[in-house]
Amino acid sequence: MRLLLSVCAMLGLAFTGGTREVADGVILSAELPPVLSDYRFFKDVAGWQPNERVVPYQLNTPLFTDYAEKYRFIYVPEGQQAKADGDGLLDLPVGSALIKSFGYEQDGKLRLLETRVLLHRADDWLALPYVWNEAQTEARLKVAGARIPVTFTDPSGQQRSISYAVPNKNQCKECHALSGAVTPIGPKARNLTRDGQLENLAKLGLIDAVPAVDYRVPVWRETGAPLNDRARGYLDVNCAHCHNLNGSASNSGLFLTYEESMPVRLGINKRPVAAGRGSGTHDFDIAPGDPDGSIMIYRMNSLEPGISMPEVGRTMVHAEGVALLRQWIAEME
Amino acid sequence: MIRSLMVATALCLSAPTLAKTVTVEPGADAQERLQEALILAEPGDVVQLGAGRFDLVDGLSLDVDGVTVRGAGMDQTVLNFAGQLGAGEGLLVTSDHVVLRDFAIEDSKGDGIKSKGADDIVYYKIRVEWTRGPHAENGAYAIYPVESKNVLVDSVTTIGSSDAGIYVGQSENIIVRNSVAKFNVAGIEIENSIGADVYNNIAVNNTGGILVFDLPNIPKQGGRNVRVFDNIVVDNNTPNFAPAGNIVAEVPTGMGIMVMSHYDVEVFGNRLAENGTGNILIVSYSKEQNDPNYNPKPIGVRIFENNHGRAGYKPAFAGGAELKAAFGGAIPPIIEDGTGENILIGEDVPILTLGLTRPGQPLSEARPALSQGAMEPFDGRQLKPITLLQAMEDAVQ
Repeated sequence: MRLLLSVCAMLGLAFTGGTREVADGVILSAELPPVLSDYRFFKDVAGWQPNERVVPYQLNTPLFTDYAEKYRFIYVPEGQQAKADGDGLLDLPVGSALIKSFGYEQDGKLRLLETRVLLHRADDWLALPYVWNEAQTEARLKVAGARIPVTFTDPSGQQRSISYAVPNKNQCKECHALSGAVTPIGPKARNLTRDGQLENLAKLGLIDAVPAVDYRVPVWRETGAPLNDRARGYLDVNCAHCHNLNGSASNSGLFLTYEESMPVRLGINKRPVAAGRGSGTHDFDIAPGDPDGSIMIYRMNSLEPGISMPEVGRTMVHAEGVALLRQWIAEME
Repeated sequence: MIRSLMVATALCLSAPTLAKTVTVEPGADAQERLQEALILAEPGDVVQLGAGRFDLVDGLSLDVDGVTVRGAGMDQTVLNFAGQLGAGEGLLVTSDHVVLRDFAIEDSKGDGIKSKGADDIVYYKIRVEWTRGPHAENGAYAIYPVESKNVLVDSVTTIGSSDAGIYVGQSENIIVRNSVAKFNVAGIEIENSIGADVYNNIAVNNTGGILVFDLPNIPKQGGRNVRVFDNIVVDNNTPNFAPAGNIVAEVPTGMGIMVMSHYDVEVFGNRLAENGTGNILIVSYSKEQNDPNYNPKPIGVRIFENNHGRAGYKPAFAGGAELKAAFGGAIPPIIEDGTGENILIGEDVPILTLGLTRPGQPLSEARPALSQGAMEPFDGRQLKPITLLQAMEDAVQ
């Protein structure tokens, strides 16, 4: 079995010849590649210079991850294209990959902590976390995740020290699961409308057409945008990957997708199902007009495992995100 | 269906690979070593946990089908989560055909073991405990299978859950047996589920011993076909310590078996005694709700062949003290709110009927009255026993 896999890997190498193109064979193999450079997503060992057809992109409203800087890339193999699908997720062909590096500015320099890859293999998507070494020359696979002590300055200018959590392979899936299968979350056309990105991806041939986006997720900090849209955009990106009918939090009955229209499913006057001490003694997920009496705010403000939401990927309170949702609930009738 | 077909195919394809046993011992880096073993396990493998205490700093998870996680015994192998920094539970299982046996989870920050969308799961000789005893900041559920088909919980012990010790939610085809639940708010709770047998358990010193509930605004509702039989449900008088906001925070202290809304529940052959509020309570869901698909009433509840000891001597609900005085020191062991349909009491015991006429009606409008169960006891069995896959039964041999 292992021998066969090595042969596959060799074929992959052979296929790309001696050039430094992205290693399609590695993306498609059944192995768990031990180092990030195996994929050749980057031209440099430090993971900054994207290779051919590895295109950086940004989200209108991103997921909060302890104020980490994030660098996202999309890869679609030569001769293939992702299919545009309206507002929704780009339909990426087998062999594609999404790459996301996380880092902080430390001592005046950006330092990467981890790079997560999401690989579209023949049978399924696979999510794997790679952790960078001290010298920033190599990122190694850590299927069991890791904790990394980090000190950095947050947007308010305050110095913070945290135990940054690199998710393990299963935790990757907790957020990336839809009906039990791994799926991308980020590259939904409605959340990619910044700076002509979609047009650029189409021009580069990574997608087959510019998606027809009827509704775009606002940039959550753009105070000019309607409050409801910003709040719903924030919930869509930060919560709805689990809180949807087919996600990891399906049993909660709290569904925070942008498409959701039933007030009770959005949490409005909804009683908790299995919150335990996560209820914070409050009766409703959202008590209109009363952010302090709303479970949603209580859990976003907590760092205690068993209370804090999201359950993974956050060891700090996102003060600005909480402020947005507080205002949204306060103004709710 | 397609997915399970794919899994079956994968299992066939990987058949030549021999199942192996991977042993993980306690000690330094237990978190990474154990989590890695759970991730790299293949279907059919056994992850064997050595004896001793594993000090874990994050939640653990298993997402590989057909894996057995086995310790050296529920008092020998302890996964300790006192230093847990993240995750909503101690161990999360999201794959099918998993067997968990012979180990303990202690002091997890959230739930103990949660299995979600994990079909054919077996919990056997597992202990989940919050070692400081009842406390509002303990995790909610000790053993927590949810959204699963075919669930076997056998010979487990749960202590100190701030919600329910054994909680099976939104699932189908369930057996909970031979287990002990003590010092939890709810000992055992079957919620929004279809088809459960709960038998040969001991529920003692909880706030409420065994609950069968159906709640609104939940993806799966219409709970029905639950049998609660041959259990010992005694001395459930621990003051309710559930955080407010949760439905179990409403369970009156001193409750034996409680049925709320739900279709077709049979309660028989249980030994019930020393439950201060009552041995059996049958009520509607009484909170305001506007779920058009929800039935708040208990419909089709059959109570028979139970053995009633002392009960009702300390009724912990509004007006309870007055009723107690009116009844000369103790209210009847069976209480119903009056809103149910087809409630059959096939045993010769007094019943307190609160005389409510609709779900949600305030207790202040109750018209309490004494009634009487069947003078000629009858057998109310209508539901069929639950059967599970033979492989699940074999796993606990």
